[in-house]
Amino acid sequence: MFEQLSYQALQQYWWFIVSLVGALLVFLLFVQGGQTLLWTLGKTPTERSLLINTFGRKWEFTFTTLVTFGGVFFASFPLFYSCSFGGAYWIWMIILFAFVIQAVSYEFRSKPKNALGQKTYDGMLFFNGLVSSLLLGVVVSTFFMGANFSTNNMNYVTWDSPFHGLEAILDWRNVCLGLSVFFLARLLGLQYIMNSIKHEVLMRRAKKETLYNTIPFLIFFVTYVIVLLLKDGYSYNEVGDISLEHFKYLQNFIAMPYITILFILGIILVLTGTIKAILKANSLSIWFSGIGTILTVLSLLLIAGYNHTAFYPSLTSPQSSLTIVKACSSRFTLITMGYASLFVPIVIAYIFYTWRLINTEKITEKELEDTDHNPY
Amino acid sequence: MINILDLSLVNWSRAQFALTAMYHWLFVPLTLGLSIIIAIMETYYYHTKDHKWKQITQFWMKLFGINFAIGVATGLILEFEFGTNWSNYSWFVGDIFGAPLAIEGILAFFMETTFIAVMFFGWNKVSKGFHLTSTWLVALGSNLSAVWILIANAWMQDPIGMTFNPDTARNEMTDFWAIVFSPTAINKIFHTSLSSYILAAIFVMGISAWFLLKNREHLLAKRSIKIASIFGLVVTLLTISTGDKSSRVVAKTQPMKFAAMEAHFKGDNSVGLRPFAILSDTKAAIQDSTINSIMWEIKIPYMLSFLTNYDFNSYIPGIDDLVYGNESKGILSVNEKIDRGYEAQRLLRDYQIAKKNNLAKAAQIRKKFEDKEWLQTHYSYFGYGSYYNTDKEQQVKNGLAVIPPIPITFYAFHIMVLLGFWFLLLFIFAYWLAYKDKLEKNKLFLYASLWSIPLVYLASETGWIVNEVGRQPWIIQDLMTNSQAVTHIDTTSVITTFILFAVVFTTLLIAEISILVKQIHLGSNLLPIKKKGN
Repeated sequence: MFEQLSYQALQQYWWFIVSLVGALLVFLLFVQGGQTLLWTLGKTPTERSLLINTFGRKWEFTFTTLVTFGGVFFASFPLFYSCSFGGAYWIWMIILFAFVIQAVSYEFRSKPKNALGQKTYDGMLFFNGLVSSLLLGVVVSTFFMGANFSTNNMNYVTWDSPFHGLEAILDWRNVCLGLSVFFLARLLGLQYIMNSIKHEVLMRRAKKETLYNTIPFLIFFVTYVIVLLLKDGYSYNEVGDISLEHFKYLQNFIAMPYITILFILGIILVLTGTIKAILKANSLSIWFSGIGTILTVLSLLLIAGYNHTAFYPSLTSPQSSLTIVKACSSRFTLITMGYASLFVPIVIAYIFYTWRLINTEKITEKELEDTDHNPY
Repeated sequence: MINILDLSLVNWSRAQFALTAMYHWLFVPLTLGLSIIIAIMETYYYHTKDHKWKQITQFWMKLFGINFAIGVATGLILEFEFGTNWSNYSWFVGDIFGAPLAIEGILAFFMETTFIAVMFFGWNKVSKGFHLTSTWLVALGSNLSAVWILIANAWMQDPIGMTFNPDTARNEMTDFWAIVFSPTAINKIFHTSLSSYILAAIFVMGISAWFLLKNREHLLAKRSIKIASIFGLVVTLLTISTGDKSSRVVAKTQPMKFAAMEAHFKGDNSVGLRPFAILSDTKAAIQDSTINSIMWEIKIPYMLSFLTNYDFNSYIPGIDDLVYGNESKGILSVNEKIDRGYEAQRLLRDYQIAKKNNLAKAAQIRKKFEDKEWLQTHYSYFGYGSYYNTDKEQQVKNGLAVIPPIPITFYAFHIMVLLGFWFLLLFIFAYWLAYKDKLEKNKLFLYASLWSIPLVYLASETGWIVNEVGRQPWIIQDLMTNSQAVTHIDTTSVITTFILFAVVFTTLLIAEISILVKQIHLGSNLLPIKKKGN
């Protein structure tokens, strides 16, 4: 069936899949957001333990999605993989490092003789929550704001900044999206807590925290969207030549109204969920905000790559900018991988099914005492 | 100070990859094998309804969880290192190499992590049958995950199923199934997975032996040893058989690695096998054929010829043939391969230029890249081209770089093989003792099992050393060297991340071992440990 698609359609399909996995990843950062609220919400060891055990059952999903995101990007747009990972070395290394220390922290934190002590592991969870959500946001922002690289005719990449990726943090606009993602992750974390913990005091604090985090989220996010809409971008023609286009992203929204609708719907859902959370600590708010987040991020990423837009603009050598045509795999690989992508709905289905099984009842203090559950 | 070490960017990048890979491999084989052993134990619980089986399962599951966490932590970095440190490689073969990594994520890793959550948190939330299914799915998921990674690795050793596209300057996939089912991939998958099961079996047996030595946990220890010994015995036999097949495949696809594994310097008929040997100065021996490369050895006559080709008299090319060529056996010299590889590289450069100013010439060159025979005779030595030198004497010297470090490859290979046979004996012994119900009384066996734990880790790591050191300097056999593949960043950055990972992984390893030892001390009765906040 994928054989019938044109090379161009396959590229579009794979950009969609990559964007979808990216959107799921941002949603799953609710685990990271939750980790940064450990001390803000949990005033007693039991409360903290409740929070840890809530997020500790889901950290693998974020982690696995990150790995899959890397793998899918590598397979479908290898030039981006070699360009961004090899070039923006330090920013990726810091992100990866933040995830490396997360994986063990849950498992080790409450075990006797864990060498570093519980506080260290909890600190590592905080570090992971803060750094990975912030920097992933910064990296996503470079899809619009550009990066410093050039490619030669063999498609070998040269990075043109001695800071190897850290220069992205010096651009306030990137930081603006980074902070939006950070506060969004906290909002999602709070709403996930409302969904899966039964604990009155925590709910009261979570409600208040949601309000506190909504304000900075809105400020940073709205600023970023305005910057984006006013920004010029690079577009490419049939032979792959890059040219500057004024208000490129605004034009993309106009040219692709179905994406614009997704984008607006996404924002409405996030706001609805958040308002529900602020008013009533509503269990269902995570569904609104979660789906809303996925739609918003998905549509942003689609805007970055569709409609003849260079999805990874080069600031130092515009003609080197990566487009989905230039960066993608061969037709054969995209077809082969197309079949692999058919498993994605199956995977989502069993994740959803087991998730429901595990989350049927809310976590309570009592459950942590139950010896069959291997609490963290 | 660091600069005084004067190691190049390539070496530091290799060091970082080796460090992270070897750390990762400390945890992976246990995950692969223990997941199956746990699933077998839980199956017993499911069928017998004996609560003791559940406790035994949960004891090993606890250890599994601790090991798993650090396994995924160390594994994450590996996937991305192909991009961060080997970015030219990522482009040159990303069209092929990315696919198994993506499929691993989609098909295997999600299965593993999703059902791990059920395995650990679902005891009272899902039915016994669903829980058991989840435990088996964790085993399946982790093993499938390994399958895809091993396919990717096998492809680097034996690149097939692709063609070179001069327009994009990269290799592109043409036959997915050829990559998945290449003999190298099949043997690697089985040999590596099965040997990982040996590691898990020894781990279970060794810890159980410790309990018996301490006169504790008799039921857990005896049941565990019984399962581990049978499981271990079967998988050791299979590992030996796939190892035998693997080396025959290596002899064909990577003759230089094979010669290094056997320290076989001079090509000959009727070659003997050396189970034990001490090497002398191998570097000198390569340059001067009068120097003997073997200081001491035990040799079984004719055996290597027989094992490799099922023919006692068959010819096995030595390192000298592979470097200097042997016309009568149809072996090209490295020097000739360098010339041919250089020719391919030169044509590619000409093509890129001609595309801009001379379309007729470009079309002509393009034809070459579509000519199957030329691809075979020239492009297949593409990587050799980087040793080209206008001074032919210097070029011959450059060519010696295609010889991997022989002592490391040779000793690692022999340690792995000998230990493999040691484990076979140990499992037979264990099974016999378990059958006679004499496990507790045999102190010798108990100590041997306990001390085999570090040995099995050694065997597992040496296997990868043979695989990876033995193929130097190639990142893709004959097509790309490490130096061509490496990301061009400043060495200081790589040194910094190397140190960072060395410190963090070592700290985490210490924490992990400390926690494991404590959990083992606590045993199964106190399982699981109650925890209340701080």
